[in-house]
Amino acid sequence: MLEIKNLHVEIDGKKILNGLTLTVKAGEVAAIMGPNGSGKSTLSYVIAGKEDYEITEGEILLNGQSVLEMEPNERAAAGLFLAFQYPLEIPGVATMTFLKAAMNAQRKARGEEELTPGDFMKRVREAAAKLGINPDMLKRPLNVGFSGGEKKRMEILQMSLLDPSFCILDETDSGLDIDALRIVAEGVNALRGPSRGMLVITHYQRLLDHIVPDTVHVMAKGRIVKSGGKELALELEKNGYADYVEAA
Amino acid sequence: MAAVKETVETVKTIDVDQYKYGFVTDIESELAPKGLNEDIVRYISAKKDEPEWLLNWRLEAFRRWLTMTEPTWSRCHYPPIDFQDLHYYAAPKKTPGPKSLDEVDPQLLETYAKLGIPLREQEILAGVQTSKVAVDAVFDSVSVVTTFKEELKKAGVIFCSISEAVKDHPELVQKYLGTVVPTTDNFYATLNSAVFSDGSFVYIPPGVRCPMELSTYFRINEQKTGQFERTLIIADKGAYVSYLEGCTAPKRDENQLHAAVVELIALDDAEIKYSTVQNWYPGDSEGKGGIYNFVTKRGDCRGARSKISWTQVETGSAITWKYPSCILRGEGSSGEFYSIAISNGYQQVDSGTKMIHLGKNTTSKILAKGIAAGKSDNTYRGQVSAHRKATGARNFTNCDSLLIGQECGAHTIPYIESKNSSAVFEHEATTSKIADDQLFYCMQRGLDEEEAVALIVNGFVKEVLQQLPMEFAVEAQKLIAISLEGSVG
Ligand SMILES: Nc1ncnc2c1ncn2[C@@H]1O[C@H](COP(=O)(O)OP(=O)(O)O)[C@@H](O)[C@H]1O
Ligand SMILES: [Mg+2]
Repeated sequence: MLEIKNLHVEIDGKKILNGLTLTVKAGEVAAIMGPNGSGKSTLSYVIAGKEDYEITEGEILLNGQSVLEMEPNERAAAGLFLAFQYPLEIPGVATMTFLKAAMNAQRKARGEEELTPGDFMKRVREAAAKLGINPDMLKRPLNVGFSGGEKKRMEILQMSLLDPSFCILDETDSGLDIDALRIVAEGVNALRGPSRGMLVITHYQRLLDHIVPDTVHVMAKGRIVKSGGKELALELEKNGYADYVEAA
Repeated sequence: MAAVKETVETVKTIDVDQYKYGFVTDIESELAPKGLNEDIVRYISAKKDEPEWLLNWRLEAFRRWLTMTEPTWSRCHYPPIDFQDLHYYAAPKKTPGPKSLDEVDPQLLETYAKLGIPLREQEILAGVQTSKVAVDAVFDSVSVVTTFKEELKKAGVIFCSISEAVKDHPELVQKYLGTVVPTTDNFYATLNSAVFSDGSFVYIPPGVRCPMELSTYFRINEQKTGQFERTLIIADKGAYVSYLEGCTAPKRDENQLHAAVVELIALDDAEIKYSTVQNWYPGDSEGKGGIYNFVTKRGDCRGARSKISWTQVETGSAITWKYPSCILRGEGSSGEFYSIAISNGYQQVDSGTKMIHLGKNTTSKILAKGIAAGKSDNTYRGQVSAHRKATGARNFTNCDSLLIGQECGAHTIPYIESKNSSAVFEHEATTSKIADDQLFYCMQRGLDEEEAVALIVNGFVKEVLQQLPMEFAVEAQKLIAISLEGSVG
């Protein structure tokens, strides 16, 4: 589903990703763990198509198709969703308005009809209720004045409404207390399915108690240095990243 | 992000085609000979069959104007204007004055239909529009028709062209004309006083709430013609009126001069809400052509507890020089200024307001949003002052600028002056860029770049848009999107 081959990425002449190779299959939930600064967010941005980054070598395929020449919105329409580590604020734009614009833009790109207002409202209300989001919050400008945890919930709300085929979650657990973590994890688990792939980026093991991954990859200095099953996460929790960083 | 890098390229390709009001109506006009002198002033006055007092008023202004020089303090730059190379009067031949709709030249009706301005009352009644709007349509130098006059008359409201008002209500015109913007006020206002052609007149009698929105639609059609309209609105004690003006012009290579004067007078407990959607032709992608919009708009809160509110959406014109202001004379009176000023291409905007606190416990609020894209230059210039007697005066000012791209500029120039120690003036200002990160975030959710910019901009201007009457807010929102088209890659 997602194939990354020998990816080399620089920014302002500084090398950040260093021959990263990773495959995530349909139905698989893969976790990437790694110390701060190892390039995890950079990887998520490059997959989603943020500019500024220079890809000097390598390839990214989504469902067998290269995404490197696609605009971020084209990648979104192709089914890619990124839950940001630091979601952006959009002053003056009600969350509801934003959700509608995003959902309809993607429908348009896929040649589908716009949602009727009734249908849209129904979907949003249901999805928000599942994530414990107060409907009043949807009237407020997107992410403006939201707490860290509220912003993360809003990312998951968008993810469930946009129904992507491949999801990347970048440190969605950071800033969440334990109850919020459980709710968010439930939201993510509800989206697991045989046709959907997920890449869960995290610094800590604790998220993986709630979203149990199929595979775990350790990232250090811009590459994957070790891959294994979910038990690898527990080992990391015990021994830390130091050995891997040194070896990388 | 390449979006920003490409801005330059894209702005170059912005085509005048995006200005969809740029067509010319091929209609036979009666033109005054080019140039400006006392004879031309007499010609205009005679065309309008004006009384002696008004001719003298014009002549006095003209003589004064000869002694004045163009102001140069704004941040706008343009080659000198040859005031002798303009026509100061142009009128469609078949329509010498406002008539009933049946008599209006069908070509004119078609023009307004094309502009989306409803002039046929029965169509409006039949229809699409939820609330009624009365329209005064001014084409070049004359008012061609005013709708819903009869219905308004029943409520005691006078809504007509200023030429008609001079004939039918001379006592009102003579009492109020030039009392807010005196003939000596400034270079352009003085010029306007000498040669003003037409415009709207509104009088709301005491205690009357005007039963519908009033609006004037200005259209410049003729070449090498200046438009000098004059609008006078009086809300008598306890009256209320909401008024909207809109304007467009054909695409022409030369610059055209528009120097209007608007005077508002609110007596005790009266309220005037004045909204503008200014969409004059902005010039082409090279900066050629476009309207020079040099306008003096001022409201006088003459009575106690009166209120005047200006809302403007400025998207057009090559140059905008405009400062709708409030004189807060009556005790407890209040003034508001809500503005969205958008510049793209080579447009220059120098706009803002003056809130002059004269009376006790007067309050004012300023909310200005400037958006600059392309190679444009966008300045907010505002003055808030409290005079000696303005005990308890309060002002709150917030001006925010948003930059799109690297080659535009935004400036905020506030003047604050208080001669009364109890006055409280607060001022906030921000300048921000549409962050590449914000754009990327929106695009990750599926919006294309233009949709993302439009969404972010609409969020930025929302507080001001909310001040517009509903029917126009939607139009204004579309207009904003159109004026920023092609501002990113
Ligand atoms: N825009 C940028 N300019 C320069 N360096 C950057 C930029 N973005 C990230 N980096 C650097 O790249 C490295 C990886 O960062 P990041 O991908 O955020 O790591 P992680 O998410 O794993 O903590 C860090 O050393 C960071 O300082
Ligand atoms: Mg990170």
